[in-house]
Amino acid sequence: MLLIHCPYCEETLPEAEFTYAGQAHVIRPENPSGQTDDQWEEFLFIRANPKGPHYERWRHFHGCGRFFNAVRDTVSDKFLTTYKAGAPRPDLSSLTEGLK
Amino acid sequence: MNAPISSFTPSVLAESAVARVSLAAPCARLSLRARGDLAPLNAALGLTLPTRIGQRAQSGESQALCLGPDEWMLHAPETLAAGMQAACDEVYGTLPHSLVDVSGREVTFVLDGPRAVDLLTLGMPRNPDSIAVGEGRRINFDGVTVLLWRDGETAFRMDVWHSFAPHLLHLLGTGVAELAAEAA
Ligand SMILES: [Zn+2]
Repeated sequence: MLLIHCPYCEETLPEAEFTYAGQAHVIRPENPSGQTDDQWEEFLFIRANPKGPHYERWRHFHGCGRFFNAVRDTVSDKFLTTYKAGAPRPDLSSLTEGLK
Repeated sequence: MNAPISSFTPSVLAESAVARVSLAAPCARLSLRARGDLAPLNAALGLTLPTRIGQRAQSGESQALCLGPDEWMLHAPETLAAGMQAACDEVYGTLPHSLVDVSGREVTFVLDGPRAVDLLTLGMPRNPDSIAVGEGRRINFDGVTVLLWRDGETAFRMDVWHSFAPHLLHLLGTGVAELAAEAA
């Protein structure tokens, strides 16, 4: 079982308390009517699906109930970090430094 | 199967030499959501709302458990609930908040006995010992979201939405008997 650190509870807890909630940092346009069909399609449907570190949302469903963000390596399933919703996207090189 | 609160009477529901599950007497349960400076609510409730998730506060017979950054569960005797709500309504202008009476939503199982901690491991993915005595958490118990209050080394209360109560009671009853069989 994966262990996930909740940045709100400040505890590292079993995956069974959490739910996955898709890619992180997908920002809804300020003015949706001003978008072209292609831009709107991009916002709604197009996701990164990387092999490697992925910025994604999780929710501490059976716990504090909060959504937060995480960087998880999709190959090893290792969580590089988790951080509160609304916090800036951490720089990838600072997260992978220790792994090399 | 759904189980209205009246399906159970406060009594011992499952018992063996090593663990026991009983139903607590009904109490008032209030769900509180608020952000910002909590001082007006603290004054209204007569206790200091804890701000670390899992922490509890008590004043007389009223208790508060911090569930999230802006969320608390309050337990109190049924006779005090109306007064608490009225006091919080008074400060709504200075600190807008949500205070909802959810007393009819759940029942409380009291778990105790020398192997109460082992009983919890039956449905709880996290380590029960990661919850200190005098604290509490919202947790996953066999797929169900419940509130767990740790009152002593081997004394817990579990608040369960009543639609899940028969399922969890059945599971706990099995555990109580299994642990006793192990000891025999
Ligand atoms: Zn959490």
